[in-house]
Amino acid sequence: MAKYSVFSLARNALSYHENWQRAWRSPAPKPEYDILVIGGGGHGLATAHYLAKEHGINNVAVIEKSWLGGGNTGRNTTIVRSNYLWDESAAIYEHSLKLWEGLSQDLNFNIMFSPRGVMNLAHNLHDWRELNRRVHANRLHGIDSEILDAAQVKAEAPIFNVSPTSRYPIIGASMQRRGGTARHDAVAWGYARAADQRGVDIIQNCEVTGFVINNGKIEGVETTRGRINAKRVGVAVAGHSSVLADMAGFRMPVESNPLQALVSDPIKPVLDCVVMSSAVHVYVSQSDKGEFVIGAGSDLHVSYSQRGSFDIIEGIMGALCELVPMVSRMKMMRQWGGIVDVTPDRSPIVGKTPVEGLFINCGWGTGGFKGTPGSGHAFAATLAAGEPNDMAGPFSLDRFRTGFLIDEAGAAAVAH
Amino acid sequence: MFLIDCPYCGPRQQTEFHCHGEAHIARPKDPDAISDTEWADYLFNRSNTKGLFYERWVHNHGCRRWFNVARDTVSDRILAVYRMGEKPPKVTK
Repeated sequence: MAKYSVFSLARNALSYHENWQRAWRSPAPKPEYDILVIGGGGHGLATAHYLAKEHGINNVAVIEKSWLGGGNTGRNTTIVRSNYLWDESAAIYEHSLKLWEGLSQDLNFNIMFSPRGVMNLAHNLHDWRELNRRVHANRLHGIDSEILDAAQVKAEAPIFNVSPTSRYPIIGASMQRRGGTARHDAVAWGYARAADQRGVDIIQNCEVTGFVINNGKIEGVETTRGRINAKRVGVAVAGHSSVLADMAGFRMPVESNPLQALVSDPIKPVLDCVVMSSAVHVYVSQSDKGEFVIGAGSDLHVSYSQRGSFDIIEGIMGALCELVPMVSRMKMMRQWGGIVDVTPDRSPIVGKTPVEGLFINCGWGTGGFKGTPGSGHAFAATLAAGEPNDMAGPFSLDRFRTGFLIDEAGAAAVAH
Repeated sequence: MFLIDCPYCGPRQQTEFHCHGEAHIARPKDPDAISDTEWADYLFNRSNTKGLFYERWVHNHGCRRWFNVARDTVSDRILAVYRMGEKPPKVTK
């Protein structure tokens, strides 16, 4: 596989860009693999990449029922940050952010990581106290985090209305300057290409229809393209985790909810950082094309329809027009939904299942994109060893029995 | 957005209601007598069904009463609405 570089770009320009190779193969599934990863989104592909790169295991397949990155990987608002409150979350999200920082080089694929800074707004005294607590916790973890007052918020994002008499007054914000955005499709494609280069089979249009389990031990999976055997199977299917768990005969503390996003008309650059507000459940950044990328809150009902309720859009756009008055004169071009897998403590589940040899990585909920590299890295280590590593350990499925929850629901400045 | 046929008020738009998740989860009669695994199953595990699903809604900007809804979580079509305490009706998609 050719290495991407300025020279390959120049060389291909001479042939009018008609001779680029395919970025990954499209092999037929082999009858058996050492490790099988179900789910060709960012998390599954990252898992395969790190299995091959860090653990030298390349007899691996990623099977995807549809096309790569067609689920939540291609539907999120691409925000990357690591300013979580609790030790366990801070560890895995900060590990993830460090991987983001070198990911384009690691994958030889421009994922357009843009550390433009992420602001989380505080609108009331409670927000402000929680924000201060979180910033100090972040700094104790060595995670960059600053507190900005209203004037500093205005300096960072002049389009925001910081008047104390506004509907949602801005008291201040936390700022993580190393946070930002990345190109979501490129993340899936970059991981796929890098994994494929190391021998991983990426098999699209291959849906799992059942698990082959003998004496409580996994032997393989039944798919629409036949049976595939594997000693270890990792499930990274986000919104469909409960469906696969049901096939394997166990229950999950997960609910699948629609989460929506929308983009505006492209306009000239006016916003060079990401701004999030948990209180009104809106987060906004401006893409390189000039569109405002706007994320909403999730619906509270279970759904697999990839559609949310329109009142959610109405609610966040009303709030955004108050926060950024110029938005009232912009047109919104597209809106869509993804199905997010939400756990009771709003923290992911990475580790073992009741079936021996079957591992699961899910529950990333409304904020899985930022976790992609860290998630894949920790899940690869877990699959390679057959035991969760230190980073994945606290995120076990068993924590719902032991009570050692990692309660980020009200803690992480997340617009849950 | 759903049009929900409240059994007490008739059809109203979804914004008047709030969804409270899976219906027919029975609280264990004697929590002290069951294992942590069984308690965790009651407290945290959910069917999260893809397809026919029974859930609870409350009409909080209306009559403020609770009731159950049978809905297809793939098409989002509401298939039946029935009162608390009633058994889930047989429905076809």
